[in-house]
Amino acid sequence: MRAWTLPVLAAWIAVLAATPFVGDNYLVKIATFVAFYAALALSWNFIGGLAGYPSFATAAFVGLGSYAGALVQNAGAPIVVAWIAAAGVCAMAAAALGAIVLRLRGHYFAIGSIALVEILSLVASWWSGLTGGGEGLNLAFLPGGPDTIARVFLYAMLGIAVLALVTTVAVTRGRLGFGLRCIAQNEDAAEMVGIPTTRYKMAAFVLSAVFCGAAGAAYASWVAYIAPSDAFSILLTVKVPVMVLLGGAGTVLGPVLGATALVLLEETVWARFLEFHQAILGAVIVALIFFLPGGLLGLAARRRTA
Amino acid sequence: MDAALLAQVVLNGLMLGALYACIAAGFSLVWGVLNVIDMLHGSLIILAGYLTCSLWSEWHVHPFAALVPVGLVLGLAGAVLQFVLINRVVRQPVLTTLTLTFGLDMILYNVMNAVFDATPRRVTLDLGRLTFGDVVLPWDRIAAMIVALGLTALLYAVLRGSKLGRAIVAVRMDREAATLMGIRVPRIYALTFGLGAFMAGVCGALLAIVYPVTTNATGQLLGKAFIVCVVGGLGTVPGALAGGLALGVTESLGSHWFGPQAAALLGFALMLVLLVVRPTGLLGRKGYE
Repeated sequence: MRAWTLPVLAAWIAVLAATPFVGDNYLVKIATFVAFYAALALSWNFIGGLAGYPSFATAAFVGLGSYAGALVQNAGAPIVVAWIAAAGVCAMAAAALGAIVLRLRGHYFAIGSIALVEILSLVASWWSGLTGGGEGLNLAFLPGGPDTIARVFLYAMLGIAVLALVTTVAVTRGRLGFGLRCIAQNEDAAEMVGIPTTRYKMAAFVLSAVFCGAAGAAYASWVAYIAPSDAFSILLTVKVPVMVLLGGAGTVLGPVLGATALVLLEETVWARFLEFHQAILGAVIVALIFFLPGGLLGLAARRRTA
Repeated sequence: MDAALLAQVVLNGLMLGALYACIAAGFSLVWGVLNVIDMLHGSLIILAGYLTCSLWSEWHVHPFAALVPVGLVLGLAGAVLQFVLINRVVRQPVLTTLTLTFGLDMILYNVMNAVFDATPRRVTLDLGRLTFGDVVLPWDRIAAMIVALGLTALLYAVLRGSKLGRAIVAVRMDREAATLMGIRVPRIYALTFGLGAFMAGVCGALLAIVYPVTTNATGQLLGKAFIVCVVGGLGTVPGALAGGLALGVTESLGSHWFGPQAAALLGFALMLVLLVVRPTGLLGRKGYE
């Protein structure tokens, strides 16, 4: 971790937390989205950045979390309980599904992780007795005016993002982070020198699901409506790794930076071209891969050594 | 279930499966040789479908006549795309190559949505039907099945028999050795991707005859290619054929017994089970990761 990582992160948290006092609800909404995507990007970073496994399962856990949270909330539980329950459901699902897909490597793992999104989405539209099928589920709005609601969800998302951030710092400084980096470089060699690769990969996969689950549940409570095609969005499952790659994979600051940059870019530049939203994101991806392979942090490092 | 109904369901599955085999053969070729997961494959098929529909409605070009020209246009575009863009990152990890083809797919998908409106369209040939007792087989589907199987067989023949095919197989087996034998690998990569896009093109033309063409189907078609590749085994044409027919019949039976959504789920479940039990697929060989 670089010396300026912690000050930058503290400033990032402070700026997001201050938005309700300096701007209108639109600004607060953007800040909430930044925190939401930062939480997802930090989650992906455990499996994709540190362990180097090309996971495209983000939307599977966001969707599962939003459905689990919505069902618990609709059963009458307080929303915070619903979010924690959603995180728990996602952790258990990740452990069970991880036992299947983490046996795969490379291309097969990538395909397997995309398949998880498709499978859960199909289950959500098929099991209409529980999930409302294609018509989706409605959730009760929170009491209080729009200002209060905007603040509640900003601080909730920011809280989840900060939890993911603290976990990331703890993991990267500990044995687990070291082991995961070894797995990313050479899994067979890591296994040979005594790193419990299966357990570590499982830990990374579960960590990548927990915060997605909580963030997904909070998102569902925020927008008060979920449907299979939005909850299990293939677009989201690619956008999140792209954010991490944009910032710098495997670092603490990278996911936060990438998520912030992409959300701001989305809101300022291409919100004006709604018709070509997807094409512009595609062009950003192509540009990222050809012109910014190390991400924004890689750019900073290159400039310093030059 | 009586025998005629069972025969009808299985035959429907085989007609669908032949198309799946043709779709997956091109996808599997690209994955096996280039080690690139071609996320564009579904959109390329739909693009070809749109082209075929437009040729039919604007200039009354028969879809079977449009088959090869449409395939060639897509093949050429694919070869250029590979040569100019994908070749630059082809040796990087799957995260990079998959994300790149996904980004390209987003662009193509969005442009198609803007150029052609999203209303489903198709070519209605109305060639009559073949009946055996209670079993009814529309001629346009039979023709599409025969052409799909023929093209899959043709791809196999090209890979086995032609100089280009042998070069492609050589690159797949050992890139360095192939280079030393005088094979220009970047060019073979471009031609392989072009061949994959050609297969997507002809599949799209066939699809336009039997199913409505809409951009909503791109993801589903790509999903079928994933499943067939994993079920049949990677990088072999016979594997794609076996996997495609197996998926077609499974889906047809599943759809009959449990409904269409459950049938789609069944395909993915089959794929996950096979990934764990037999990652090389039913007919696959080890070594192509």
